[in-house]
Amino acid sequence: MENKAISCKNLTKQFGDFKAVDRVTFDVEQGEIFGFLGANGAGKTTAMRILCGLSFPTSGEATVAGFDVYKQQEQIKKNIGYMSQKFSLYDNLTILENIVFYGGVYGVSRVDIKIRSDELISTLGLEKEAKKLVGELPLGWKQKLAFSVAIFHRPKIVFLDEPTGGVDPVTRRQFWDMIYQAAESGITVFVTTHYMDEAEYCDRISVMVDGRVEALDSPTNLKNKFQTDTMDNVFYQLARGAKRADS
Amino acid sequence: MKTLGFILQKEFRQILRDKTILAMMFAMPIMQLVILPLAANFEVKNVNVAYVDHDHSSYSKELADKIASSGYFKMLGNSSSYGEALEMIEYGTADLVLEIPSGFERNLVREKYQKVNLSVDAINGTKSSLGSVYLMQVIAEFNRNLDVNIKSPNGKTAVPRAKISVKNINWYNPRAEYKYYMVPGILVLLLTLIGGFITALNIVREKEIGTIEQINVTPIQKWQFILGKLIPFWLIGMIVFTLGLLVMYLVYSISPQGGLLILYTFGAVYLIALLGFGLLISTFADTQLQAMFIAFFFMMIFMLMSGFFTSTDSMPDWAIAVSNLTPVTHFIKVVRLIVLKGAEFAQLKRELVYLALFAIALNGFAIWNYRKTT
Repeated sequence: MENKAISCKNLTKQFGDFKAVDRVTFDVEQGEIFGFLGANGAGKTTAMRILCGLSFPTSGEATVAGFDVYKQQEQIKKNIGYMSQKFSLYDNLTILENIVFYGGVYGVSRVDIKIRSDELISTLGLEKEAKKLVGELPLGWKQKLAFSVAIFHRPKIVFLDEPTGGVDPVTRRQFWDMIYQAAESGITVFVTTHYMDEAEYCDRISVMVDGRVEALDSPTNLKNKFQTDTMDNVFYQLARGAKRADS
Repeated sequence: MKTLGFILQKEFRQILRDKTILAMMFAMPIMQLVILPLAANFEVKNVNVAYVDHDHSSYSKELADKIASSGYFKMLGNSSSYGEALEMIEYGTADLVLEIPSGFERNLVREKYQKVNLSVDAINGTKSSLGSVYLMQVIAEFNRNLDVNIKSPNGKTAVPRAKISVKNINWYNPRAEYKYYMVPGILVLLLTLIGGFITALNIVREKEIGTIEQINVTPIQKWQFILGKLIPFWLIGMIVFTLGLLVMYLVYSISPQGGLLILYTFGAVYLIALLGFGLLISTFADTQLQAMFIAFFFMMIFMLMSGFFTSTDSMPDWAIAVSNLTPVTHFIKVVRLIVLKGAEFAQLKRELVYLALFAIALNGFAIWNYRKTT
């Protein structure tokens, strides 16, 4: 279990009678790109919030980067990066100021922040915009920047909650190039998405339906199993049976 | 500690960047301190008196002169009838009607007794009640000085009867000027607004935008986040307090009779309590609108119950109890005592303990109620 990036066993989160996450069990290997799929309301975000230490599970076990989600949330937080579907950088700070702030609170030294931010800004080609407010950037750039900031402190795992919502296909493609680079550098990527083409980019994917993980395998194996040639159809066959209303 | 440095850097950058809020934070207090004390004034002047004189005697004229020269009343000339005078009240031109019956002078001399009729427009409560009290004092004074009361009936000049005259001296505010009472109160109110509102709104704004979730997923500790929010606004509050004292000195020539050091000590503790209050609101509210309403609800209670407008001593017991449960009450009291009376620290120890308890309780509750993990 220690070697897994994430490990869940019967993880459950209950709100009153409602089981948002229902006895979920899965492991994520280190360095893997793990796609976390499911219809709206299937419980993806709730599960992800538990793994990030934002929410307590009701029962079951889980460890993230080897730390327990009940007791060691603060250690988990030191070792992960997180980018939510809600845009998470400060609009009224410049690109550089956002990088300095988030780098700083994760304990990166001022010297390292300087070196890495110079590097990052030149990689992203944002030399001219570095002193611009983030609020003035187009959405696609904001997303790429938010991802870069989420992995700025070199976490073991990065959680991405629908990171490419609302951006064009070209930017999405570039975004996934960045994800691959991060994975190559050894960061485990845990990503939720609604785009089935993106699901194909993942090493393994799980599909959540009504709070449970209904399928978990590589995209190729899943397509074989459901005897179809697109992930769209796999998802459709699984999610069709969902009882929870789209919310 | 390093982390706190990064948080403070970010907070100050954001505060300094928002020019509108920044201007409001500094312009609002100065404007309010300059304008409000001039307008919010309980002194009653210019009470309009409709004088209905049916007697047309030297006594009735003397009384009219006396009223006019007291400085509080404006005589609206003689109305010919009571009905006509009442009409003036209806139209709002007169506040009081004083009716002198015919035979006023004759009765005073012969019967040593005469009634006059005073009718008051009670819609403007303060003006009418204070106005009629003033008017009755003037009439009483007039009555005392009447010849018939001084001269003996047989025509010989007798020794005037012994009179007890009460002379008022207004301590600590010698000319009983309202501004001395009002200005320190407004200063307190401003600190309260800045401390209570702005912190609450600032944190709730992070909830609305969603950045608070991003903060909660970082290793930033609770105390770091909260100090990161409190310190900048505490500093701003102290700057506003200083500006307020300057305006008080430059515009109203009021300089604190007591020491600046104890004034600032109390100001500092009070701000911590108020910031804790704002913080507490922010842990309950999810939107800025909710935060505004909650803060507003309490601000109204603070304003009306704190002795800012009306003395807490004359409140019913339950209201005094409520009043003592708001930190504003204690701070207003302290500021007035220090600024006007020059109170020493030893006399105010109890109040400092109260304020410190508020600071600890409010902040403690807020920190307890703030959750990184739900």
